[in-house]
Amino acid sequence: MSRLRVVKLSNKFLRPISLSVPSGKCLCLSGPSGAGKTVLLRAIADLDLSHGKVFLGNLEHMSVDGPTWRRNVGLLPAESHWWLERVGAHFAEAQIIGLEQLGFGAKILDRRIAGLSTGERQRLALLRLLNQRPKALLLDEPTASLDPKNVRRVEKLIATYRSKHKIPVLWVSHDLRQIKRVGDQHLRMTSSDPDSMK
Amino acid sequence: MNVVSLTPTDLALAAGLVLALAALSLPMGLAIGKQLVIAGARTVVQLLLVGLVLNVLFDNVNLGWITLIAMAMLLVAGWEVMARQRYRLIGWWGFGVGSVSMFVSTFTITILVLLVVIDTEPWYAPRYAIPLLGMMLGNTMTGIALALDRLTQSTRQQRGLIENRLMLGHTWKQVIEDIRNDSIRSGMIPTINAMAVAGIVSLPGMMTGQILAGTPPLEAVKYQILIMFMLAGGTGFGTVAAVSVAVRRLFDERERLRLERIREIS
Repeated sequence: MSRLRVVKLSNKFLRPISLSVPSGKCLCLSGPSGAGKTVLLRAIADLDLSHGKVFLGNLEHMSVDGPTWRRNVGLLPAESHWWLERVGAHFAEAQIIGLEQLGFGAKILDRRIAGLSTGERQRLALLRLLNQRPKALLLDEPTASLDPKNVRRVEKLIATYRSKHKIPVLWVSHDLRQIKRVGDQHLRMTSSDPDSMK
Repeated sequence: MNVVSLTPTDLALAAGLVLALAALSLPMGLAIGKQLVIAGARTVVQLLLVGLVLNVLFDNVNLGWITLIAMAMLLVAGWEVMARQRYRLIGWWGFGVGSVSMFVSTFTITILVLLVVIDTEPWYAPRYAIPLLGMMLGNTMTGIALALDRLTQSTRQQRGLIENRLMLGHTWKQVIEDIRNDSIRSGMIPTINAMAVAGIVSLPGMMTGQILAGTPPLEAVKYQILIMFMLAGGTGFGTVAAVSVAVRRLFDERERLRLERIREIS
């Protein structure tokens, strides 16, 4: 439905960068630590004071308030955080999409956060985000602590969501084979020159 | 009223206690002997000075002088609030948030009590105004300092959680609510505890002083109740105000968490 367009976005930790992800497409970001991948995702979600502009379709990020913008461009951080006792309490929706696709039964919702494994948390954090129906996805290594089987499940779920809702996806990954599987484009960021397209 | 006036010898005897304690700390390696002696000396000098100032003030009732003293007390209290914090808001906010909140809550309540409850002539009679304000400032200062310290520390510790919730589109108010309430509560708990055990575990200091100085116990009790309620009000409103302003400062107009606005003081 809408293209994600980043125009000369920069801040203290990010050299000016411009890029564009068409609706329904996935742009993969890779590069050494410190190249600014996470910083770029945070800047797009307007979490740090930055210069430049970000558009989602015709919507400019400064034209709406912070929370509204962030609900539109769903950012999945590398490490998820939970503030209530049990899994289910973090979901506002009665019907949670994607549970079975990621290998969960309904019982997972009654589990305590403290008893979850890192991998379970990572998958549940993705579900928590997708169920808010974001109009773009910014994914920071969404499969970093998953076994191969769950990596495939997550890739498939994101692909389904992306093509069903025609949303642009920015995906940070270190795994070149994964990038080949999920990406339509690949941008390698380097600390010296973050806007070289490959 | 028959006040037993204390002689220098009486006070010297009491000072002997502190010195004895300091002497004891030497062989035990407690390393607080020096601090004890210095703190004891400060008590003597500071209180004597205050006594002299109050003496002069009581003899020359003048609103200008009282305002000046009150402002000096406020500034010291505001400084103390700032100094007690490990993480401070940078710039004037670090001093301003505590001072302005204390000013609004303690001055309003003290003036209200002086005008309506105690009703002396003139209303700013220093014999009432200065001790009341002093107690209000002391208590409110502690409450605000505790609350702000809790606020900045919790916010730093829970940064990841706060930002994750912001990413999910939660508003700054939703995200900080728990931390804000915890902070206000921790600022108020000493005052609530003091009210709860007043007279049972210990006689409050002011009442003890009045009774020792010859006031009939029931008169002293009535004043103590008045003071307790004033302190609860002053501390509560002051803490709520200070935390509310500081919380707002931790986020900007785009509802981003701006942790660089607090700095660690080593």
